[in-house]
Amino acid sequence: MIRVVLPHHLRTLAGVDGEVSLDVREPPTTRTLLDALEAEYPVLRGTIRDHGTARRRDFIRFFACGTDITLDPADDPLPEEVASGAETFRVVAAMAGG
Amino acid sequence: MSRVRLLVGTKKGAFVLTSDGTRDDWEIEGPLFAGWEMYHLKGSPADPDRLYASQSTGWHGQVVQRSDDGGKSWEPVGNEFIYDGVPGTHQWYDGTQHPWEFARIWHLEPSLTDPDTVYAGVEDAALFKSTDAGMTWQELSGLRGHPSGENWQPGAGGLCLHTILINPEDPQRMVIAISAAGTFRTDDGGETWRPINRGLRSPELPDEEREVGHCVHHIAMNPSRPDVLFMQKHWHVMRSDDGGDSWQKVSGNLPSDFGFPIEVHAHEPDTVYVVPIESDSEHVPPEGKLRVYRSRTGGNEWEALTNGLPQEHCYVNVLRDAMTVDALDPGGVYFGTTGGQVYASPDGGDSWTAIVHDLPSVLSVEAQTLP
Repeated sequence: MIRVVLPHHLRTLAGVDGEVSLDVREPPTTRTLLDALEAEYPVLRGTIRDHGTARRRDFIRFFACGTDITLDPADDPLPEEVASGAETFRVVAAMAGG
Repeated sequence: MSRVRLLVGTKKGAFVLTSDGTRDDWEIEGPLFAGWEMYHLKGSPADPDRLYASQSTGWHGQVVQRSDDGGKSWEPVGNEFIYDGVPGTHQWYDGTQHPWEFARIWHLEPSLTDPDTVYAGVEDAALFKSTDAGMTWQELSGLRGHPSGENWQPGAGGLCLHTILINPEDPQRMVIAISAAGTFRTDDGGETWRPINRGLRSPELPDEEREVGHCVHHIAMNPSRPDVLFMQKHWHVMRSDDGGDSWQKVSGNLPSDFGFPIEVHAHEPDTVYVVPIESDSEHVPPEGKLRVYRSRTGGNEWEALTNGLPQEHCYVNVLRDAMTVDALDPGGVYFGTTGGQVYASPDGGDSWTAIVHDLPSVLSVEAQTLP
């Protein structure tokens, strides 16, 4: 299972506390992880990636093993530590606004 | 005894304010959806327990919430707003062409007769309709497909469709308004639309009487007289007696005819309320005095309503969807400010009390009159 940490507003929207665990088809990538996340929590559709285009929303970033992987290709395999559940995949909302 | 429920949208959540018919004591519930921008909440006239709410942030985009129990519980519904066909472009601020991009819902207007049918006015300007209680949305693309669409240009707040009026005598007839395109009407349930801006003058435009391009801020009507419309334009308060086919200026003796909200009394179709604002450069009340102006003559003759409102050092604004009326007798009037106050008048504007002082900046206020 892959462990995912969501930002506050998305945890509230999805009705979850803390991390969520997802069964992601092999090989896990950012794209397949987000597909699994949206399948498990349909309310999150459109809140991380746009409907239709699946383009990442501007103020969202992705971190794995402490590294910003936002701009890596969405079909690149995730690090083994994330794929094995040893480390989390973090969806981060930019610190901006008022 | 009848009750009143106010649905208040703010920049940091929603609040539900309820009172009995005296409107003396209010129960305040919230924040709901704390931290989210709640542009608009509105109840179904056909089922007052059915509420719809527009929830958004710049981070996570648009969410639509629905309540089936008068706001006790909420359920996220569909948030997929896809423009019909190839979206194309509209004019940007600098006159260049800009792709149509969905940003948010400004206004939700439930059907007068079917709780499952609701319209959404969105930015970039378009009208969407749901017939399954908000689960799915379809664009009524005849509006955006009007030949003038590629010339629509955003106002300072964006290219937003913010007003939707459904004619109670003929629900196929609807009037909508867009900043800064103007006013449009359909007579066939949203299939086709035509601009209804004759009589509007906007000196800031190269052709001040052009067919589209006017920054209409809000339109109101009394349901008993749906062809009489009152408009707060960027500058000028306007009136139409023919469903928008033509407009006359009724600013009369207002200290400023710039402003955002406009409302009509529930039982007196010639009683109209506006909140004059200094200018388009200074979005504050003239002289630091928060004054609602009331006309009992359908415009032109206006009186200042000040009893209970701050008359010095007040520099808040009242946004276009932040004023509303109830249907009790005597009729109540309510408005929220960018300073977080919600004021209530249970006597048609003669006296005002702040129900609450320190909410986040208020974006919208809607009243429901409940049995």
